[in-house]
Amino acid sequence: MTSPGPLDALRAVAGRDLLSALRRRADLLTTLIFFIIVASLFPLGVGTETALLRAMGPGVIWVAALLASMLALTRVFAGDYADGTLEQLALAPQPLAALAMSKVTAHWLASGLPLVIVAPVLGLQYDLDAEGLLILLASLLLGTPTLSLIGAIGASLTLGVRGGGALLSLIVLPLYVPVLIFGAGAVEAGAAGLGATPHLSLLGALLLVALVFAPWATAVALRIAVE
Amino acid sequence: MITHTNWFKYSSPATFYQLAGKLTPWFFAAAILFTIAGIYVSFFVAPTDAQQGEAYRIIFIHVPAAWMSMFIYIVMACWSGIGLAFNTRLSSMVASALAPTGALMTFIALWTGSLWGKPMWGTWWVWDARLTSELILLFLYFGFMSLQAAIDDPRRADKAGAVIALVGVINVPIIYFSVKWWNTLHQGASVSLTRSPSMAATMLIGMLLMALAFWMYSIGAMLMRVRCIILERERNAAWVKSVQGDER
Repeated sequence: MTSPGPLDALRAVAGRDLLSALRRRADLLTTLIFFIIVASLFPLGVGTETALLRAMGPGVIWVAALLASMLALTRVFAGDYADGTLEQLALAPQPLAALAMSKVTAHWLASGLPLVIVAPVLGLQYDLDAEGLLILLASLLLGTPTLSLIGAIGASLTLGVRGGGALLSLIVLPLYVPVLIFGAGAVEAGAAGLGATPHLSLLGALLLVALVFAPWATAVALRIAVE
Repeated sequence: MITHTNWFKYSSPATFYQLAGKLTPWFFAAAILFTIAGIYVSFFVAPTDAQQGEAYRIIFIHVPAAWMSMFIYIVMACWSGIGLAFNTRLSSMVASALAPTGALMTFIALWTGSLWGKPMWGTWWVWDARLTSELILLFLYFGFMSLQAAIDDPRRADKAGAVIALVGVINVPIIYFSVKWWNTLHQGASVSLTRSPSMAATMLIGMLLMALAFWMYSIGAMLMRVRCIILERERNAAWVKSVQGDER
C-alpha cells in the first residue's frame, strides 16, 4: 500500500464535498431554479418585444447567474465551520490555501457548472442566435469560476457573522463588477460584429488573477474565522 | 549622554490618545483656514469659465472630494495591511476610523458631480467610467464598514476588515479599467472630462487650497474618531479611567 501523496488530500476534500452536494440535491436545484426564475421574470417586467429582449438577454442572464452563484456561496464553508471540520483542515499538513482551492472547485462543479449548462436554454428565451449562445456559454464557463473564487473570500470572512447572507452580497457584489462587464460584454460584442475574443481573453485573465490571489486570501480569512 | 528615540512611542493607543487629542484642534484650524482661502480664491479670484459659465465652480468641491475618496481608500488599505502583518492594534483602529470619512468624501464627490452634470450635460447621472467606478468605490466602503460592524470581537473585525480592504484595493484599478472599456463599447465619448480646456492658474490654486482643506479635515476627523475607538476598546484599562476622571 502506498502512502498518500500531497494531492490525495486535495482530491479527498473535493470528492467529499461533491458527494455531500450530490446527497443534498435539493440545495443545488434551488440555486438552479432561482437562476431560471430570475431570468424569466425580466420579460414579464419589461415586455416581450424581440429587439429589446435580444439587447437585454446577455446582461439579464449574467446578472441572474451572478445572483444565483452568490446565493450558493453561503454553503461553501458554513457546514464545515459549524461541525468543526474547518479547524481540522486548518491543522492539516497541507496548505490551507490548497485545501480551500479544492473546496471551491467542488463548489463550482456542483453549483456553477449547472448554471453554465442551463444558460443557453435561457438564451433561447431571449432570442439569441447560435453564435450568441456559444459566446454566452464560453463567457459563463470562464467567468463563473472567477465568481466562485472571489465569492469564497467573502464567504470565509462572513462565517458565523450576524446577517451573513445580506452582508455577503454587500461585500462580494462590487467585486463581481469586472466579471459581469466582460461576460455580458462578450455576447454583446459578438452580436455587434466586433468579435468576442478580447472580452473572453480578459475574462480568462481575470480567472488567472483570481486563481493566484483568491485561494490565498481565502486561507487568511479562514484562519481568522477559526482563530 | 546618548538619547534613544523611541520610534514606537505613539504606536501604543494610550500615548496616541493624548497625542491625537493635542493634534486634532490644529488640523481642524488648518482645515478652516484653507477652506476660507480656498473659497475666496474659487469665488472671487478665479475667472468665469468661457464654456461653462459660473456653474463650473463646483469643481472646487468636487475634485478635492474625489481625490480624497480614492486616497483615503489606499491609506486605509495600507494601515489595514500593516495591522494584519504586524498585529499592531492602532493601525487597524486608524483604518476603521478612516472608512466613514472616505465614504463621506465619495458621497460628496458623487453628489456634487451630479449637481454639476445637470447644468452641463443636462442629466443628473451619466454612466461615465469615473462616475461608475466612484459609485462602486462607495459600495466598497460600505462593505468594509458593515463587515466590521457585524463582527463583535474587535480583533476579528480588524483582521476581516483588513482582508476585504486589501482585496478591494487590488480590485479598484481592475474595476476602473473594466468600467472604462465597457463605457467606450457602449457609447462614444460623448462626455469627456479630460478634454476640458486648459485650466487657469488661479483655478488650479483654488482647487489645491480646497484639496488641502479636505485633507486637513480628513486627518482631524480621523483623529477624533480614533480617540473614540481607543476609549471604547480600552474601556477597562486603568489609564482610561484616570483620563476620564481628569476630564470629568
